[in-house]
Amino acid sequence: MTFNIFVIPFFGGLLFLLAVLFVRFTAWLATLDKSGRKKLGHGLLNGQVFPATWEVFMESLLHRRMFRQNKLLGYMHMSFAFGWLLLIVLGNLESRIYSGGHINPPYYPIFLKFFVHDKRTLPFELYTLPGFFRFIMDFVLLFILSGLVLALIKRARSKWFGMKRTTQHSKFDKWAITSLWFIFPLRLLAESFTAGVYQGGGFLTNTLGTFFAAFLPVEYLYYPAWWAYSTALGVFFVTLPWSRYMHIPTEVLLIYLRHFGIKTGKKPDSFSEIEIYSCPRCGVCIDVCQMNDAHRTNSTPAYFLRSLRYGTPDNDQNANCMLCGRCHEVCPVQIDTLAIRVAARYDDNKLLAPSFKYLDRFEPADSAADVLYFAGCMGHLTPAVKKAMLKILAASGEKFSFMDEDGSVCCGRPLLMAGLHEAAAELIQKNTHLIINSGAKTFVTSCPICYKVFNEEYKLPGVEVLHHSQYLLRLVESGKIKVNSTGITAVYHDPCELGRGSKIYDEPRTLLGQLVTLNKAEQERENSLCCGGSVGDLSMNHSERTVIRDEALKVLLASQPDILVTACPLCKKTFDNGTEAVVMDIAEVVSERLQPVTKKELVTAELAG
Amino acid sequence: MAGTVEKVRFGFSVNKDRQIDYDANLKDIADIVLKAEPTINLCISCGTCASTCTAGQFTDFSLRKMILLVRRGETKGLENEISKCMLCGKCQLACPRGVSTRNLILQIHKALKTGAL
Amino acid sequence: MSRKIAVIGGGAAGLEASSALASLGFRVVLVEKEDETGGHIKNWHALFPNRRPGTEVLQALRSKLSKEVELFSGKTVTEIKQVQGRFEVGSADGWKAEADAVLLTTGFSLFNASKKEEYGYGIYDNVITSADLESAFSAGKITMKNGEQPKRIGFVHCVGSRDEKAGNIYCSKVCCVTAVKQAIEVKQFLPECEVFCFYMDMRMFGRHYEELYKEAQEKYYIQFIRGRLSESTEDHTGKIILKVEDTLLGKPLKIGVDMLVLMVGMESPDITRKLGSELGLLNDSDRFLVSADQHISANVSEIPGLFFAGTCTGPKNIADTLADARSAALAIAGYFENNSNRS
Repeated sequence: MTFNIFVIPFFGGLLFLLAVLFVRFTAWLATLDKSGRKKLGHGLLNGQVFPATWEVFMESLLHRRMFRQNKLLGYMHMSFAFGWLLLIVLGNLESRIYSGGHINPPYYPIFLKFFVHDKRTLPFELYTLPGFFRFIMDFVLLFILSGLVLALIKRARSKWFGMKRTTQHSKFDKWAITSLWFIFPLRLLAESFTAGVYQGGGFLTNTLGTFFAAFLPVEYLYYPAWWAYSTALGVFFVTLPWSRYMHIPTEVLLIYLRHFGIKTGKKPDSFSEIEIYSCPRCGVCIDVCQMNDAHRTNSTPAYFLRSLRYGTPDNDQNANCMLCGRCHEVCPVQIDTLAIRVAARYDDNKLLAPSFKYLDRFEPADSAADVLYFAGCMGHLTPAVKKAMLKILAASGEKFSFMDEDGSVCCGRPLLMAGLHEAAAELIQKNTHLIINSGAKTFVTSCPICYKVFNEEYKLPGVEVLHHSQYLLRLVESGKIKVNSTGITAVYHDPCELGRGSKIYDEPRTLLGQLVTLNKAEQERENSLCCGGSVGDLSMNHSERTVIRDEALKVLLASQPDILVTACPLCKKTFDNGTEAVVMDIAEVVSERLQPVTKKELVTAELAG
Repeated sequence: MAGTVEKVRFGFSVNKDRQIDYDANLKDIADIVLKAEPTINLCISCGTCASTCTAGQFTDFSLRKMILLVRRGETKGLENEISKCMLCGKCQLACPRGVSTRNLILQIHKALKTGAL
Repeated sequence: MSRKIAVIGGGAAGLEASSALASLGFRVVLVEKEDETGGHIKNWHALFPNRRPGTEVLQALRSKLSKEVELFSGKTVTEIKQVQGRFEVGSADGWKAEADAVLLTTGFSLFNASKKEEYGYGIYDNVITSADLESAFSAGKITMKNGEQPKRIGFVHCVGSRDEKAGNIYCSKVCCVTAVKQAIEVKQFLPECEVFCFYMDMRMFGRHYEELYKEAQEKYYIQFIRGRLSESTEDHTGKIILKVEDTLLGKPLKIGVDMLVLMVGMESPDITRKLGSELGLLNDSDRFLVSADQHISANVSEIPGLFFAGTCTGPKNIADTLADARSAALAIAGYFENNSNRS
C-alpha cells in the first residue's frame, strides 16, 4: 500500500503551496516590464541558466556568502536548506528501490519508513544499497537536527552567535517557524517509534526505536507520530507563502532573473516585489545597520522589507536610511535593499514636482580645457579641498578649468536618493550639456556623491569620469606632480559613496601610502562605518546623526593617528564638527607635500605619456 | 438722554496685501508641516540656509523666507518657489540650529500639494 | 597658622580672588600655567565699553597681590587630590602644594576657528580671529598679509557659538559687544576703512553697551547687516567674497572684503574638563562647570572645599568675572567660618 489517510495534511498542504506559488510566480513574471521580459527571454536562451543554477546551489543550499559572514549561522541555515533537499532527493531514490523503479506520489518517499519496514539489512550494512540509504537518510536527519539545536540556541542566546540582535518575528512567521522546528523532531520520533515496533530503521532511528520500545507503548505511538509529522509539514506549507519562508522558492526565482540582467529600477515593480519576498529575515543586516545606534531599529532593512511586504510601511521607514550599503554588503541573498528603499521613496514623493527651467539660460563658452574640475555643492563648504585641488592642478601643468568657480548645478544624486528621478534627470541633462560642450576629456570631482552619479547615470561619451583620489594618484604615478612623504600617521575613512558605492578602495590608499604612514581601522573598506552626514537619509535629526558620527569616530580614531583622512567633503565636515583631531581631505594631504615641479620635468612627463 | 451718533466711515482700512492678517490666514499647511517636521520650530531666521543655497544662486528661493511665510499662513505662490530646490543639502549642513532642512522642504512641498485639499 | 587656599589659574578671576582672599586673612598659593599672570587680558588691547586699556586693569590686578599670595608661574596643574580633608595640587613636572581649599579659576579657551572651514581661517590669507585683531591693535597696526592696509573689513558674529554643527549651542555673551568695540577701534586706526558687522542678533546686555552700538553707527558709520555668513571664497586678488543673506531685505548679498574678522566664542578648556572629570565635578552640555546653585551659591561645587570663579563656569565679561572672584573669596571665608563653628 502506498497511501494512508494521515498523508493528507502533507499532500494537501503541498498542493496548496504549489498552486499559490504558480499563481504568484506567473503574476510576477507577467507583470515584468517590457525590458524585463526581453531579458528573461534572452537569458533563457543564451545559457545564463547554468551560472544561475550554480549560484542557487552555492547560495540557496550551501549558503556560501553567509558562511563568510558568520560560520555558525551559515552552518545552521545550510543544514536546513541543503539537508532538507538531500532528504527529499535521497528519499526519492531510496523509495525507488522498494517500488520497483516507478515514480511515486510525493508522500511515498517522505513517509517511506511508514510504508516500508525493511528488516533485511542491519543499520550499518553500508555495502548494500538499502543499507547505504538507510544510513545516509539517518545521517542527513542528524545533520538537520544539529542545525535545529543551533537555531534554538540562537533564539535564546543570539550573542553566542556573534549577533547582537535576532529578528523579532511576526505572527505568520511564528506559526511557520514553530511548525518548521517541529518537522524534523517529529520525523525522528515517527521513524524511531516505527523502528521500535518493526525494526528496519537506520543507525539513529533504530537505536532510538529500540530505546523507546523499552519503556513506551510504541505500537500505539507511532501512528499518531506520523500524523503529527504530516500535520507539521502541512502547516508549514500552508503558512509558507505568508511567512519569511516564502524566500525559499522566491530567491531561486530571483537568482535566475538576476542572472538574466533584471534589476530593481527607480520605481517599485514586480521585480522589486520578488526581491522583497526573497528576504529570509535572517537578521545579519540588522546587526550591521547603524540605525541601531540612533535607536531606529524599525528602519533596519529586514524590518523595512517586512513592512513593504505586508503593506504597512510608515513613511519614516522609507525616509530613514542613509543608503550606506552596509546591509547589501552582508546580505546572503544580495537583495538590492538600497534600490528598493529609493523606489519606495518614489512612491512617497510622486506628487512633488521640482522644476528647474531656470537653469535653461546657462551655456558653456568655448574653452581649451582638457580637465574639468567639479567641486560639487558640498565642496564649497570645504574650501581647503578646493584650494588644494587648484594648487595641485596648477602644479601639474594640466589644462584645467574649475567648473563650479562661479556657481554650479547640483549633480542630481540627492534628488535621485529621494526617489525624485524625473527631477534629477533635468539636472543631469543640464550638466551633461555643459560638460560635453566644454570640450573637456576628463571630468574630475572631489565629491564621491557626485562621482557616483556622474559615473553611473550620466552619459558622457568621450569624457572620462574620475574621482579626485584616482586622478591625483594618476598625476603622481605619471610624474606630473611629485610628492614627499612625511612621517605622520593617518587613518583613511572610506566614504560610503566611494567605497561600497563605487568599489574604489585601493587608489586612495595607494596614494596615501606615498604620503603618510597609514594605520588600519578595525572597520574599513567594505565594512567602513557611515559618518552619519548622508544626504540619503531624509528623516534623522541632528542629534541622531551625531550619535552615528561619534560611533564612527571612535572606531577611526582608536589608534590615535595624527590625522584622519577622507575623500568626501560631506564626511570631512561631518567628522570635523565632532572631533578635536585634525581631519583632512586626501587632496590637502597631497597639496601639503607637493614638490615644486620644474618646467623641464613637466615637458618630459608629457612626452612620456 | 445720552447722545449717540452713527459711525462715520471714511474708508480707512489697510490694503489687504500690505499686511499679514495672521488671524485671517489659514494655518492648515503650517499645522501639517509642524507635525511632520518639528525641527521647523528651531529656526531663528539667521539666513545661513538661504545664502548657501545652490538654487538661491539662480533664483529668489530662500528657505528662511519660506519657513516664515508658511508659519504666517502666507502660502500663495509657495508651491512654485519650493519646486526650485535641488535638495543638494548644503543648507542642512550649514544650519546652526540643526533644523532638518531637506526633510522640511519635502514636507512643505507635500503639504502644499496635498494639504489644501 | 591661617588656612591656605590654592587658586588654580592666574587670570583675572585668579588674581582678584587671590587678593580678596589675602585681605580676608588667608594664605594663597596662586598657580598659573604660563610664565606671566593675566590670562587672556594680556592680549586685550582695550576693554569695552569705554575702551580703557587692558593693561591698566592687568596692572591693577597684579599690584594688589600682597605677600600672603605665593605665585607659581609656568606650572600646569595636572592633578588635584583630596587627602585627609585637605587638597593636594600637583603639576606635571613634580611641583606640589597642599591647601585647605581649592579655587578653580581655569578660565576659558577660544573656539578653534579652523573648525569653521567654510569661513576660510587658515586657508585664505586675510581671515583672522578677534584675538588676532587685538594683537594687531596692540602692535599698533592693522595690515593685510601683503602688508597693505585694508579698505574694507567684515566682522562675523557667533563663530563657534550658537552653532549645533560646531558643537556649541550656547551664546558666548561677550562677542557682540567685542565686535562693536573692535569695529570702532578699526575705524579709529583706519578712518577711511569701511566696516561691516554680520550678526544674527545684537546682544548688548551690559551697561553702556547699547550706547556703544549707537556710537558705532552714529560716529563711526559702521554698518550692521543681519545675516549669518554661510561661506566665503577668495578671488584672484586675495579679496574675500562673502555669501550672506541680507535677511532684513530678504535678498542674498554678495560682498567683497579685504579682511574678515571672526568673533570666536568661549569654550571650556581641556584642563577644566580633565580636572573636572577626574574630580567628578558636574558639567553641563556646554562643558562648563556647574556650581551648586546658579543664583544662591554660584561659587560652590559639590565637593566641600572646592570652589569656582570666573569663566570656568560659563562665559562672562571682565567686570562680572572680577565680581565673581570676590564672591568666591567670600564663599570660601564663609565655608571655614561654618566649619570652625561646627567643630
